[in-house]
Amino acid sequence: MSSRFKLFIPLIIFTVIAAVFFRLESRIVSGEYDPSLLPSALIGHPVPEFSLASLSTNRQLTSSDLPKQAYIINVWASWCISCRVEHSYLNALSQKGIKIIGLNYKDRPVDALQWLERLGNPYLFNLSDINGQLGLDLGVYGAPENYIVGADGIIRYRHVGILDDKVWRDKIAPLGLLW
Amino acid sequence: MHPIRKQRLFVVLFIVVGSSLAAFFIISALKQNLNLFYEPSRVANGEAPIDRQIRVGGMVAEGSLIRQTNSLAVNFIITDFAANVAVEYTGILPDMFAENAGTVVTGFLSESGTFFAEQVLAKHDENYMPPEVSAALDSAKQSATQLNN
Amino acid sequence: MIPEIGHFALLLCLPLALVMAIVPLIGVAAKNSVWMRFASRLAVMQWLLLFFSFLALSYSFYIDDFSVKLVTLHSNTALPWYFKLSAVWGNHEGSLLLWVLILASWTLAVAVASNSIPLAMKTRVLSVLAMISVGFLAFIIFTSNPFERSLLMTPSEGNDLNPLLQDIGLIIHPPMLYIGYVGFSVAFAFAIAALLEGRFDANWARWTRPWTNVAWAFLTVGIALGSWWAYYELGWGGWWFWDPVENASLMPWLAGAALVHSLSATEKRGVFKSWTILLALLAFSLSLLGTFLVRSGILVSVHAFASDPERGLFILAFLFLVIGGSLLLYALRAPVMKGGTAFALISRENFLLINNVLFSISLTVVLLGTLFPLISTALDLGSYSVGAPYFNAMFAPLGLLTVFIMGFAPFITWQKFKLFKHQSIQWALCFLMALLLSVLLIHTLSQQFSVNFNVFAFVVSSLCLWLILNTLQHFFFRLKQGGRFFHSFSQLSLSYYGMVIAHIGLAVMVLGIGITSIYESQKDVRMAVNDSVSINAYRYQLSGISSVTASNYDATRASVDVYHRAKGESSRLITTLYPEKRFYRASRNMMTEAGIDASLTRDLYVALGEQLEPGVWAVRVHVKPFVRCIWLGAVFIALGAILATFDKRYKRSNSVRSEPALASPPNH
Repeated sequence: MSSRFKLFIPLIIFTVIAAVFFRLESRIVSGEYDPSLLPSALIGHPVPEFSLASLSTNRQLTSSDLPKQAYIINVWASWCISCRVEHSYLNALSQKGIKIIGLNYKDRPVDALQWLERLGNPYLFNLSDINGQLGLDLGVYGAPENYIVGADGIIRYRHVGILDDKVWRDKIAPLGLLW
Repeated sequence: MHPIRKQRLFVVLFIVVGSSLAAFFIISALKQNLNLFYEPSRVANGEAPIDRQIRVGGMVAEGSLIRQTNSLAVNFIITDFAANVAVEYTGILPDMFAENAGTVVTGFLSESGTFFAEQVLAKHDENYMPPEVSAALDSAKQSATQLNN
Repeated sequence: MIPEIGHFALLLCLPLALVMAIVPLIGVAAKNSVWMRFASRLAVMQWLLLFFSFLALSYSFYIDDFSVKLVTLHSNTALPWYFKLSAVWGNHEGSLLLWVLILASWTLAVAVASNSIPLAMKTRVLSVLAMISVGFLAFIIFTSNPFERSLLMTPSEGNDLNPLLQDIGLIIHPPMLYIGYVGFSVAFAFAIAALLEGRFDANWARWTRPWTNVAWAFLTVGIALGSWWAYYELGWGGWWFWDPVENASLMPWLAGAALVHSLSATEKRGVFKSWTILLALLAFSLSLLGTFLVRSGILVSVHAFASDPERGLFILAFLFLVIGGSLLLYALRAPVMKGGTAFALISRENFLLINNVLFSISLTVVLLGTLFPLISTALDLGSYSVGAPYFNAMFAPLGLLTVFIMGFAPFITWQKFKLFKHQSIQWALCFLMALLLSVLLIHTLSQQFSVNFNVFAFVVSSLCLWLILNTLQHFFFRLKQGGRFFHSFSQLSLSYYGMVIAHIGLAVMVLGIGITSIYESQKDVRMAVNDSVSINAYRYQLSGISSVTASNYDATRASVDVYHRAKGESSRLITTLYPEKRFYRASRNMMTEAGIDASLTRDLYVALGEQLEPGVWAVRVHVKPFVRCIWLGAVFIALGAILATFDKRYKRSNSVRSEPALASPPNH
């Protein structure tokens, strides 16, 4: 073995390790492997059946009340500070005519209504999911979370965390839905 | 032998012997301590070994958490919605452990099918889910839909 | 306005660093000293800008400027000012800004403190540091802007800082760790400069050593703080979990330990040159790897930051460029022949070699154990985890072997060691004394804690005492050699003192680890008020439960009386502990706050589990003998490394001297 060759050994070992990382990281980027989040088992499936009270009226809402065009289900709560950050963007979206359904998750209706009064109401309507039943069916792990649903009622994408312009541009716009 | 040659020979020998010994020990220790992850469905299928330490993960089934009244022993069921594994554990559960939440347990499977956990892990924040659990739930749901269709 | 100015300062740094990475190097090639000197000035400017930028961000946190997104997400008005400050680096973006600020500080230190190094060398070092800076600045600016505003609406209240991070230990842990991590960039830059220049003499090693020592000392403190924090804040009494992120900090530490020692061989004897260079590259590469692992989203850990994969790819590409590039340069340019003179089988050279082999094996153990689960996932081999027993099984023999050999180390002379008869007698006496003291120690322990005499504990303590006694013996031997007692105190070099203290520190640490691991006892019990549980010689009694309200959390606080009964004595009350279960309102997180009574020889530890039924709690109690020695030893090690840094021979006036007699033979 030539002496110079020995000096290449660290480089070779490093290249192998780097290849492993690249493979892992690219699998994460492609969404194939995600070490920290639950990729909702419902992507590609219809929104589960539900029957929940409306937040603002006493009406009972069911799946048949959902819009017949593309919409967003936004999981939020008044105890969730990140939701406050997200809220202004939701207001802007609804101004543009995008339909947003609120899923008020494990919250007190009084607090939630106060919040809407103070910060504006971007929602078409709000489902009051006090004990997190629909949240469980959807596979919600916290707030905020956003489910993008096509006109056919099929969940296309799930975004955990704050919805903002970047997410919209990079993840949601490419879905090519009719809003 | 020339002293420099001799010295170099020693160095080379030392490194070769040392590293091969180390490699042997590392590999055998690694072999003994690798814990493979199993989904509840695979445990139910009898794929999991009973004589070595493994990990099982899924959701804690609703209403399945039972505490003994005179000790810290708890029983609960881990599910991937396709199959269940009964778990027995004695000790303090982590802060975030709850029914309808994800968990990963490390321990041994008994002949009777009960899993004796030595360690219980739970998600440590709202958005955290152990990767294996999400994958387990994912594949279980997929097979469930296939059955329904 | 302030955040915008801070952001602007940050943006300005990128072109600055780019210029600093290129122009001075052209100056070196053109032998233009004006261009070369440019590097130092740019280093000062870069530091000023980054410092200002960091101040601006801290100010936004301090005044609760919730128009800045980062502040909203990681801080709130209820936090006391010092947690607001630590919230600055308790998140991905802010900690990255701290990272580059520290890099700029090291760069500044090199620019200011190494006027005696030849200008070309210094310029190369600064330029290499600037290249690293360019990478990280680009990373921050393009993927993780800390100054981003949430423009449309300003929330009136922020999210909370993760309660786990609301802790005094966590205020200082990350900066210490980063100072250590980033400090290895200086050794890295020196190594690259040497490779570029093709010059690997003793001077190179002498310039690199103090920087390496300081970085390694900070890393030692950083890791120890992290372990201490985990011990009392994660709530369950463990002080090291072999968590991937912990391992990521341990790896550069091990490489650094090897580097500190092999640099001494290279400086004094001109041997192991290419190996030393490789270690210098490795120490910083492993630091970068650690930074990558924490932020890539590949790992799930208590310490990991929330991440997005785009960032992971960016930093991975950067990592590949830096490490791959430097290793390629190494492969092409490193000196092939081992320079220097012959040394005998038993010589300090070989002892340092053994040290390096031991540390390298430890490094491999950690690297394999950490990467294996990732490799198996990447290759679809199934999802494995590597259990702590693997690491323990490997580190126990490695550590003990190291301690045993270190006992001889100071006595062994360079080149060839001649064993005199009186020397072997002294060693034998020392060993006997260690055995005797060890019997005494373990016996006393058994009495005090009502446990059985444990042979393995005896072996560990004998070896550690052997190291301590033998090091002290050598110290007094050197003092006596110096003639008059007080005179000779000042005659010994600071690096010698550093060695003595650091080696004793390691003995203290290994002793702490050994005794704690063997003799600790723990019980999980169900307790109502007035219930008690005995654990060895200690009895814990739950004497009351109360509610506490603080500015940002509500807590249940238990009071637990601890009684001790040594053999043949009556039971007496030692202390009352107040473990808490906290509920943080803003983030709705539950936290366990342990109650600890600390002393040098033992910790008494109580943590509250969950409430089982009204008035009844799950409680964990520990008795942990000697656990404090682990961190005390780490402090000694760091102190030793710092002392060695201030050795006279690294002083500026002396640092350029003519080539020692052991200059390396030409490569070809």
